[in-house]
Amino acid sequence: MTVEFTLNGRQVSAPAEPNTLLLDLLRDHFRLTGAKRSCDVQVCGSCTVLVDGGPVSACTYLAHEAAGREVLTIEGFSELPEFEHYASAFERHAAVQCGFCTPGFLLTLKSLRDAGDLETEEDIRHGLDGNLCRCTGYRAILEAARDIGEVAA
Amino acid sequence: MTVVNGTGTREVGRSRTRLDAREKLRGEAMFTGDMEVPGMLYGRVLRSQHPHAEIVSINTSAAERMPGVAAVLVGRDLLDIDPYYGHAIKDRPIIAIERVRFSGEPVAAVAAEDEATAEAALAAIEVVYDELPLVDTIDKALDPSAPLLHEGPIRPGLFHGLGNLGERDGNIGYRYRLESGDVAAESAGAAFVTEGEYLFPAVYQYAMETHSVIADWKPGEIAIWASCQHPFLVQAEIADLFGLPIGAVRIQVPYLGGGFGSKSYTKMEPLTVALSRKARAPVKIVNRVEESMVTSRRHGMRCWMRTTADAEGTLLTRESRFWLDTGAYMDNGPRVTATAADAAPGPYRWRAVDIDAMCVYCNTAPSGSYRAFGATHLQWVAESQLDELARRAGIDPLEMRRRNLLRPGEPVRPDGSGKPLDADLIGDVERAAAAVGWDDPKGPRVGRGVSVGLLAAGAHPVSRASVRMRADGSVEVSVGTTEMGQGPRTVMAQIAAEELGTSSDRVRVLGADTRFTPYDRSTGASRSTTLAGKAVQNAAAAVAAKLRETACEVWDVAPELIELRDGCAAFGDEQMEFPEVIAKRFGFSGGEIIEGGEVRPTGGDSGSYAEGPVFWEVCVAAAEVEVDPELGQVNVLRTATVADVGRAINPQLVERQDEGAFMQGYGNAMFEEMVYRDGELINDNLLEYRVPRIQDLPQRMTSIVVENEDGPGPHGAKGCGEGALAAVPAAIVNALGDAGVPITELPLTPERVWRRLQDLSEPKSTEELT
Ligand code: FES
Ligand code: FES
Repeated sequence: MTVEFTLNGRQVSAPAEPNTLLLDLLRDHFRLTGAKRSCDVQVCGSCTVLVDGGPVSACTYLAHEAAGREVLTIEGFSELPEFEHYASAFERHAAVQCGFCTPGFLLTLKSLRDAGDLETEEDIRHGLDGNLCRCTGYRAILEAARDIGEVAA
Repeated sequence: MTVVNGTGTREVGRSRTRLDAREKLRGEAMFTGDMEVPGMLYGRVLRSQHPHAEIVSINTSAAERMPGVAAVLVGRDLLDIDPYYGHAIKDRPIIAIERVRFSGEPVAAVAAEDEATAEAALAAIEVVYDELPLVDTIDKALDPSAPLLHEGPIRPGLFHGLGNLGERDGNIGYRYRLESGDVAAESAGAAFVTEGEYLFPAVYQYAMETHSVIADWKPGEIAIWASCQHPFLVQAEIADLFGLPIGAVRIQVPYLGGGFGSKSYTKMEPLTVALSRKARAPVKIVNRVEESMVTSRRHGMRCWMRTTADAEGTLLTRESRFWLDTGAYMDNGPRVTATAADAAPGPYRWRAVDIDAMCVYCNTAPSGSYRAFGATHLQWVAESQLDELARRAGIDPLEMRRRNLLRPGEPVRPDGSGKPLDADLIGDVERAAAAVGWDDPKGPRVGRGVSVGLLAAGAHPVSRASVRMRADGSVEVSVGTTEMGQGPRTVMAQIAAEELGTSSDRVRVLGADTRFTPYDRSTGASRSTTLAGKAVQNAAAAVAAKLRETACEVWDVAPELIELRDGCAAFGDEQMEFPEVIAKRFGFSGGEIIEGGEVRPTGGDSGSYAEGPVFWEVCVAAAEVEVDPELGQVNVLRTATVADVGRAINPQLVERQDEGAFMQGYGNAMFEEMVYRDGELINDNLLEYRVPRIQDLPQRMTSIVVENEDGPGPHGAKGCGEGALAAVPAAIVNALGDAGVPITELPLTPERVWRRLQDLSEPKSTEELT
């Protein structure tokens, strides 16, 4: 069986079993390893990708559910001009340490900002509650997210 | 917030952007699990469901016949080697041999062309067990009638480094005592005594990247890519296990997705190598979270402690007996035990102490290192007894500490051995207290607490580094420190750039590869910036000397008149860019300068590290909490931690390290706990094992960076990143005690706090409680 979708702006098709997870398809077939596997149960957010602009945990999302949709991974996001706005905020606040959680945070932040859900500190805390980071202690990420959403401290 | 700032440097002391940030932000940074090598197979591990059992038989024939399966490994495949490892005590088989000692222990492993096939093959393996009596708790392990988990003489590992390992005593595998003075005599006239029993649960480090290894065994040569913190120690253990010279084992470490101690020493590497050896092909094993949770964790602890003081609140004696549950195999248990014993007296002056620390085998998963080990176990116990005494004596807890804390230069260990105190603890704790409004009026059910402790840091002081300046003036630094988030690729570049008078973005720090990278003992114990950093500084200084030497041949002046700055050698108004200097040295535009640097315990130009520890890491925090008596909910209102780093090479990275440690300490204090039932870990996933989320971040937290330039590292630096973790649970527990809820068991779940409040409000008789 094959599944067809738009991946980072390009039309693709790939072999997928009915139970193939989007995360495995992206990592093993397309060699896009920016989405990371950690918790496997949709808690940590390190496998986050955007499907039609909304964040999904690719570890629990079937590849077939992506059929006909637009998937954006960190590799695709980092090619977009707006990426600089996000990346420089993370750099300024040293919000990246080991980097394992980072792609997931960036994509979640993009979807929040695009949806207009990144306007208050409350938005940030609520919107990022599904992304875990074990290194930074979150404060750096919160500060970077404020800059990205242009939220007053 | 930076308290004292050094000056006079161009790179050191500046918050440079991480040099690896872009790569990580773009998702390009490769971790072991992201890598592929040609012809690679995928490995999966069959793990025992039984915590303690005899293996009667293993039938692998159905699995072996499955298409796509290359090899099935079991204990009998290792008869040609001595298959036991362990850096402290060699007690752990590569894969279970005849007996399993914890639920989750590998009993078989499959290598197949993809993960799904390997997984299916696991299901086809039949294992028959004969269950043995379960020794799943410290109490059961100490019972004289308990079966012994390990028998025969103790075999020391390659890096036990603990002096005499002593005798096994039942299931107590390691014991460390710290005694001085006569406790009975000194405590006889005490005006205040506090005594109690305390429990600390096992917790999980949860580095988000699970343990991952690729191993490629060939006759006479082994190549490994691994998420490991200490590549050189793993290299030596693998060489020892598989009978090869050290140089025939190559370990490459890509980026690590966090470590926090969970990836220190040897973990999954021997099993992956053994599977590759059987399959005759490279094999990759990437753990699932539930598998990593039985690969490494923090020791659970039971502790008894007694502290006495005189009528003026001067401390007299401290006694403690405690037992750490090391699980089925020792891993880093002995060192954790010794460090915990060092933390038991705390940084105070005593007339007499008697500490007896024991590391106990149980049928639970092996416990190893976790950020601030030992200190985290003991500091909250030690510090809550101090507060208890202060309350009884009617002395402010901060004043109590001022009266009894050691001052710089005083011996830390009660027996006078080791390095004396090298930090201003009173200043540090006063800063932390001020940051949580120590003297402000308090609302009802609000409490404030401080905590002070020390952690023996630095591990063994052996590091080497090399610095290479290319013909174009760019610089490569090779150093064995692994990048797991703490920032050495940036900090080492700053240290080298400072010495060379160039900018850190002209410097590249390479990842650890034992074939090329000079030896570095390990990445842990807050040692990298101090020790590996010193080795880098020395190597860079040697390159700088060569540059000066060439420049003075050209200008014919003394080398000390030549300054290196902005990528140039300069003499007065004249200057030559580095590529020009190198071209002059070699006669045409090519060549390079490579020099090495080292630190070792004694001698050399690196200063003396002969007396352990390399430095005492300061563990200081303060907290303000509010308790909701209806719900038992503890709200942490304000916190402060202190990173007393001597000199911050990169102040922003120091603060971020400190905040990360704070948040892990917060998790340890508030809700993290591995729950076992009959030897089985029942919350082995992130749904049930809760770690801090962004919503848990307190609204007001302060990270105070103190720079007294009193460290033994480059520019007076000393390490950080662990102290806050050890200090935070203690500060929160003390704040809760101040709010009227003394607690002797962690974590501070609402239920536990609520029950404690009920017990306090309505005293019950023993009958009513049962
Ligand atoms: S791996 Fe998908 S949410 Fe954790
Ligand atoms: S930076 Fe390491 S987990 Fe977030």
